Amino acid sequence: MAVDLDTTSVRALNESLHRITPSSNERHWRIVNPRGKHAIAAGLTQPIDVEIDGHVGYYCAGMNQNARITVRGQAGKGLGENIMSGEIRVTGNVSECAGASGHGGLIVIEGDAAGRCGISMKGVDIVVKGSVGHMSAFMAQAGRLVVCGDADHSLGDSIYEAALYVRGSVGSLGADCVEKDMDATEIEALGQLLKDAGVDASAREFRRYGSARKLYNFHIDHADAY
Amino acid sequence: MPTKAVPRKQAAPAAAKAEAPLPFDARKLRPSHTFPEDIIAEIQRMADEGLYYIRGFGAKRKLPTFDDLVFLGASATRYPLEGYRERCATNVVLGDRFAKKPIELKTPITIAGMSFGALGSHAKEALGRAATAMGTTTTTGDGGMTQEERQSSKTLVYQVLPSRYGMNPDDLRKADAIEVVIGQGAKPGGGGMLLGQKITERVAKMRTLPVGIDQRSASRHPDWTGMDDLEIKINELREITDWEKPIYVKIGASRPQYDVPMCVKAGADVIVLDGMQGGTAATQDVFIEHVGIPTLPALKLAVEALKSMDMHRKVQLIVSGGIRTGADVAKAIAMGADAVSIGMGALIALGCNKPVHEEDYEALGTRPGFCHHCQTGRCPVGITTQRSELEARLDPERGARLVRNYLTALTLELQTVARANGKSHVLHLEPEDMAALTIEAAAMAGVPLAGTNWVPGRV
Repeated sequence: MAVDLDTTSVRALNESLHRITPSSNERHWRIVNPRGKHAIAAGLTQPIDVEIDGHVGYYCAGMNQNARITVRGQAGKGLGENIMSGEIRVTGNVSECAGASGHGGLIVIEGDAAGRCGISMKGVDIVVKGSVGHMSAFMAQAGRLVVCGDADHSLGDSIYEAALYVRGSVGSLGADCVEKDMDATEIEALGQLLKDAGVDASAREFRRYGSARKLYNFHIDHADAY
Repeated sequence: MPTKAVPRKQAAPAAAKAEAPLPFDARKLRPSHTFPEDIIAEIQRMADEGLYYIRGFGAKRKLPTFDDLVFLGASATRYPLEGYRERCATNVVLGDRFAKKPIELKTPITIAGMSFGALGSHAKEALGRAATAMGTTTTTGDGGMTQEERQSSKTLVYQVLPSRYGMNPDDLRKADAIEVVIGQGAKPGGGGMLLGQKITERVAKMRTLPVGIDQRSASRHPDWTGMDDLEIKINELREITDWEKPIYVKIGASRPQYDVPMCVKAGADVIVLDGMQGGTAATQDVFIEHVGIPTLPALKLAVEALKSMDMHRKVQLIVSGGIRTGADVAKAIAMGADAVSIGMGALIALGCNKPVHEEDYEALGTRPGFCHHCQTGRCPVGITTQRSELEARLDPERGARLVRNYLTALTLELQTVARANGKSHVLHLEPEDMAALTIEAAAMAGVPLAGTNWVPGRV
């Protein structure tokens, strides 16, 4: 199926995508002329392939379930926000808050991601081939954020149980975020994730960051850490 | 010229015997207005603990309320409707601006968003059943939707909160309306708070957090900043749900004159405005008592804003925060609200602060009538708790009956007042049906001071 967003509205496209059932024959969709429109392919539920040729606006593939969505271009704010499962891949760069509050699935960003990448993430795996902006993985609860380039300041601020892996430099770590050891099991798991994401990098080159768990309960002597 | 010194006291006549001063005279105790006993206790608590006081309930200080307004009723110049005979309708439609499937309430009294986590599952179920029986809505909270809640509530509003705990597109599609929460009256500008003692395994799992941590929700949404972003966010929520469901935006009462127009512009179908009397299960006391404005002036500002945009009754306004009686409901509607939302009132109907199990109140350091200890998770009446032995004190079916009775009584009171003012539909109530008893209320509500034509601040 090919859909031209110059002649079809996003609303009509999304309604068509939402009507797909497990027995539908339309399993491959190609969307052209997205021209930065918002909420393209948001709320999909079926394991279909959606290819978008061009740049997308805010919340592309928001709350995705099962679908495999590829953006050949750049993506605006909140790419794949609250993703539950499936896979989202962007060949270019993405704006702020990619994968915000994502519960599962995989997001692969082949370019760079702006600030707050993986904010409030709850189980999603995010692999960024380039670098990420400031405050990435803010309040990250679960899942993995892998950055092949550098991370800007305040990485993992107020982090809970998510795991962060950075190959390059880290501008600074946020409140309660510390570097952690990586054992053989973790190196192997990270290697598998990089492989799944189609990223050619050695897991051994990454450093792991996570929660010091000092802010989990109120403690008066940690008041200046906030 | 030196004046002649006058002796200060004259010596007592030798015959009279001086009374010995009382060792203790209670009349001579002079309390400090600046440092009364409760402030002394609080300063000493702060010195001991080094932390702000976190508690439940809502504002306890004296605030201007709907009690400062009265209805005029019918007279020689207004006809009343016959009570019990002539119909006074209470149905209200919410969300017909953009949504394909608006909500129709049988009574304009809804149940406010309260989380599973803050409340136990029995309380949530009781509220859901009561709302269903009454033809009104109930609302999820921070922490997501529970099965019990969806099953017991015919019409359920699903909150999208900054924390996004338990946020799930399947639940979003199961909901009947979606409420984007920007703030709440008890703490405009603050995120949710659930202390470790209430984070059981089930609550932790729903929120993807470790068991027993002090959970402090974010106060800003993770994927949008500012109202231009919110417009795009609302559009996304509509796209995901194929434009079926009404989208509410909930704001705490701070600057409704600016916030309400922004919500309208962002595409809200319904605005929920929560005044500073609104309840909470756990918030810093300083936040509850000192941030936000009361429901009365907030409502007036919101209605004025809607009217100035010609959107009054087109974007519906639900008001909450200290609504207790049918008179409160009627006054809120007369001031321009389309419906009200009740949190604390419904919990009190369920048994909050009831004089039973008094030893358990005492163990918390409080008494029935004073309890605001929702944050402890040791609710003596089994409402704001996750402990099964306490929850057992609240039978969901019995609880549903209590809340249903309460909502029924409120609706009857509302109709009584509306009929007395000659209205065949409660939404026909208007500010002209009321007078204010205090200058403050006249100014805040925009209703003339009784016996005058004076609305302070209006030229």
